[in-house]
Amino acid sequence: STRAAPCLAGVCTGMAKELTALVDKQISVITNDGRNIIGILRGVDQTTNLILEECFERVYSVSSGVEQAVLGLYIIRGDNIAVIGELNEELDEELDLSNIRAPPMKSIVH
Amino acid sequence: MLFYSYFKTLVGKHVVVELKNDLAIGGTLVSVDQYLNIKLENTGVVDAKRYPHMKSVRNCFIRGSVVRYVQLPSDAVDVDILHDATRREARGA
Repeated sequence: STRAAPCLAGVCTGMAKELTALVDKQISVITNDGRNIIGILRGVDQTTNLILEECFERVYSVSSGVEQAVLGLYIIRGDNIAVIGELNEELDEELDLSNIRAPPMKSIVH
Repeated sequence: MLFYSYFKTLVGKHVVVELKNDLAIGGTLVSVDQYLNIKLENTGVVDAKRYPHMKSVRNCFIRGSVVRYVQLPSDAVDVDILHDATRREARGA
């Protein structure tokens, strides 16, 4: 397959191919501790471990607008991932981050 | 494998997935896998005011391990078929 390079071993079974379709796209991850990390997906594997390039965290608060903290190149372990969303760049550009208020997202409780 | 097979019959239907952190995401079911990971399209968060975190997301992948509930349209549920499948699974196990 021509997409062999970004695929880590054993990705192409199950739904992992739906995730490999997101490689090189900007994605928004919600982690189990309630964080929102955005970055460019570079690698995936069967346990949904992710390699994210140029990533940053969007921190939401009730009292002030959204803060963005630059992180760089990250590996996020699949155990800690709740949601992986494909970021729609047009919709994201329309957002006025300074005017968004929200309480922090709750942690995943099993 | 019962629920995996069952969810495959629901591909194309609108479902609402409630996560273990109380976030609820509605969308069209695109695919499901053996871990009951769920891919949704045309997503919208249920309480969008409280959860603006996914405003710019329209497709998402939800890890099976964090799902609390999957709300289904009642007309998509055939209870008799589910009963039969459950009985077969119980006999096999």
